[in-house]
Amino acid sequence: MEKEFRTLEEVTIRFAGDSGDGMQLTGTQFTNTVAALGADLSTLPDYPAEIRAPAGTTYGVSGFQIHFGSTDIHTPGDTCDVLVAMNPAALATNLRLLRDGGTIIVNEDAFTDKNIKLAHLDANPLEAPGMSRYHLHRIGISQLTANALADMNLSSRLVDKTKNFFALGLMYWLYNRPIDQSIRFIEEKFGSKDKDLAEANLRVLKAGYHFGETTEIFTTRYDVKPAKLPPGKYRNIMGNVAAALGLAAAAKKAGLDLFLGSYPITPASDILHELSRLKNYGVKTYQAEDEIAAICAAIGASYAGALGATSTSGPGLALKGEAIGLAVMLELPLVIVDVQRGGPSTGLPTKTEQADLLQAVHGRNSEAPLCVVAAATPADCFAAVYESARIAIKYMTPVICLTDGYLGNGAEPWKIPDADELPEIPVTFATDRATFHPYSRDEKTLSRPWALPGTPGLEHRIGGLEKQHITGNISYDPDNHDFMIKIRAEKIERIADDIPLQEVDGDEEGELAVVGWGSSYGAIRTAVENCRAKGHPVSHIHIKYLFPFPKNLGELLYGFKKVLVPEINNGQLIRLLREKYLVPAVGFNRIKGLPLGSEEIEETIESMLGGENA
Amino acid sequence: MPETKEAAAPEKLTIKDFQSDQDVRWCPGCGDYSVLAQVQRVFPEFTHKKENYVAVSGIGCSSRFPYYMDIYGLHGIHGRATAIASGIKTANPELDVWVATGDGDGLSIGGNHMIHTARRNVNIKILLFNNQIYGLTKGQYSPTSVLGQITRSTPFGVIDYPFVPVSLALGAGATLVARTMDRDPKHLQEMVRRAEQHHGTAFVEIYQNCNVFNDGAFLRFTEKETRDDNVVYLHHGEPLVFGKKKEKGIRLDGFTPTIVNIDGGKYSIDDLLVHDEGDLTLAFILANMIHNPELPRPMGVFVSLNRPTYEDQLAEQIQRARASKGEGDLQALLDGEETWVIR
Repeated sequence: MEKEFRTLEEVTIRFAGDSGDGMQLTGTQFTNTVAALGADLSTLPDYPAEIRAPAGTTYGVSGFQIHFGSTDIHTPGDTCDVLVAMNPAALATNLRLLRDGGTIIVNEDAFTDKNIKLAHLDANPLEAPGMSRYHLHRIGISQLTANALADMNLSSRLVDKTKNFFALGLMYWLYNRPIDQSIRFIEEKFGSKDKDLAEANLRVLKAGYHFGETTEIFTTRYDVKPAKLPPGKYRNIMGNVAAALGLAAAAKKAGLDLFLGSYPITPASDILHELSRLKNYGVKTYQAEDEIAAICAAIGASYAGALGATSTSGPGLALKGEAIGLAVMLELPLVIVDVQRGGPSTGLPTKTEQADLLQAVHGRNSEAPLCVVAAATPADCFAAVYESARIAIKYMTPVICLTDGYLGNGAEPWKIPDADELPEIPVTFATDRATFHPYSRDEKTLSRPWALPGTPGLEHRIGGLEKQHITGNISYDPDNHDFMIKIRAEKIERIADDIPLQEVDGDEEGELAVVGWGSSYGAIRTAVENCRAKGHPVSHIHIKYLFPFPKNLGELLYGFKKVLVPEINNGQLIRLLREKYLVPAVGFNRIKGLPLGSEEIEETIESMLGGENA
Repeated sequence: MPETKEAAAPEKLTIKDFQSDQDVRWCPGCGDYSVLAQVQRVFPEFTHKKENYVAVSGIGCSSRFPYYMDIYGLHGIHGRATAIASGIKTANPELDVWVATGDGDGLSIGGNHMIHTARRNVNIKILLFNNQIYGLTKGQYSPTSVLGQITRSTPFGVIDYPFVPVSLALGAGATLVARTMDRDPKHLQEMVRRAEQHHGTAFVEIYQNCNVFNDGAFLRFTEKETRDDNVVYLHHGEPLVFGKKKEKGIRLDGFTPTIVNIDGGKYSIDDLLVHDEGDLTLAFILANMIHNPELPRPMGVFVSLNRPTYEDQLAEQIQRARASKGEGDLQALLDGEETWVIR
């Protein structure tokens, strides 16, 4: 029968299943295909820390949400329109995220008594009265998959492993996306290693697609037109990949070798994985024995003339604290990428949080100021890391670049920059023995010279003990220590002269400024845009440079009657703003391991404005 | 693996070239002075350019070493010298990187980095000053302090079983492992030379007297009167002979080293254990001699093995990647695999 097409401006789909069901792969495949057709998008992988939790349990459920559309997409969506649930546990844990009237597609074959019990449900949820609020499609995905592979003589375990491709194929059909990209992927990924597996996956993918065509369950197909993004060449990119490319690009532009010292930690490890592939770019990756060795090796590499970098997450940043202080004292360039996760302690390793800001700004013994930069979106991780490297080299200082689990694993279309147009990163090494002093300073930047071992005549010693100004010799002189503490701080403050002024989305003064940083960008932007569309006098200030702040930030804040600071922490940026600018800011703090939702921010904005505007 | 060194320095370096202008601040009589002097004496023999030497250290008395050498130096943080040095060497393999560390710095707080550096076989030279005590923090016991030792933090005696640094280094996979003493300058110089000539991680334990907090810990081995009967020097291909008149030797009884007299009795020099620097099993047996107080303490190179270094293998991977994929192009990297154009 002929199916009707409906065009949607935007849609949010959530894939959920066992962590062994390949939901992340399914989501990523769907995302890449959607991206290549030119829609704007934002994704949120949501997976458990356990690699393969027992099948069927609620704590083993892995989810992947994609929000895409022909309009500007800033967030992965607070709720979803479509939920693909591969078993009862996936349905039970994800149903709260489905909007009323949304669509559910379930693998009906997985709703066995055993699985229902594993999900801690008393009865089959498909039969629950509440289901009438949704469009429920019960599809025997397991059986249909088995039918497609009936003549291949495969083990039932292998057959079961391919069923995610059935769901993927069906979703391609339903949302009018071609399956070519995934066919190419399957051929490349499995073709050479396991011909049977490749063949099985291809068959099941096509079976899912054709099922949509022939079944009478679906009477309507949907289409999402390309978004009106600025002209240019695009790719889909995850934040961790963007961060890795930012490091590699900065080193290349600076004419330095990149050295990444790193210790595996969720959710930052992909930066290490990505860079370890780039040997032909001269990138050296060093998987150290621990977080401390990782940063110390990077400090050593910077000392020897490479761009030293280290990637980690919160607990790792804590371990690196002493070595960061050493880098502050040595005044060597160093980029520290912190992909924040839920804490404290081990916390929620696979979930997102913005709670390392104060650790980044203050988390070292004594006075150890450094520059802190934060990325706002997955693709922005590139620019934020690149900028961190530029500042680290120019000011001979460690720079902490904050991203988080949502940014690191989330993806969005990225307008690929022209390599030739990336900002230059000039590097000067000291060579003149007549004028060289290890701790003399550039008049403007206050940075000290970078003198590499191997340079004749410049043999000198540096270390963690306090330095005498200019000579760099050990000094216990009280006045010298006071001077050095203050000049190290002044050097970091002067970075404010070298960064862009703070921009505002909306009017530069008014009733309310919503001030954010990091990954809450999309949610705040969506909320503020919606409120402005309703006529509310609200603006959005999103801070990328957290230490030092842009020079105009104080003036901007004073232009608003009220300041709202939404954060995924218990109030960290708000403390820095109150302390520096004495503004009576109000916090909005949700620390659930999830990105902030735009609707809850919108409600908060309206209630803050409501009192006066009502 | 053959040594790859740059062309010999044009001017002959002397001991003065390695003495920095900083006042040496170790306690008078400290064994560290001897280690510094022997290193400064031997370095001019080597063929590196002066600017290619780098000394790295952590925290402790021994870790002041870089300040007193007129070469590039980095005085790091407690325990991390080997990690910092590994980064330096990996970033620039042309540099000749030396680590000065102690039993606390290198085996306690820095124990993890020590074993992993050895395992990777980064081509750096580690001088471990072992004085069996914490000096800079004023007299607490260290991981090499002996059982029962009275220190400021063990008024009733040490109850932690000590590390044998040589055994630890062997177990961790260091490719050159040696032991020497501050009071035996010639031997110390020779061990520094051996470390320099080695291509891979060289671990040299130096018995070093702390005359303030643990004076005389190694007297039995260092003093003329007792040294001959308590020390056996290891020489590759030669039998283990010791004693004032070279009248004693070490014979293997199964896997157990035993002392035998070779002055005309049942045994002759032909019955003695012959040292082989290439035999790791033998090295462990020799390292374990420390557990029998009757046996003399072996000094010298326990083992010297050839294994590819970390930085050489990394350079090779980079070279191979460049040969097969070409020098990386930044725009291609940014573009990735799938792109689309919006007009």
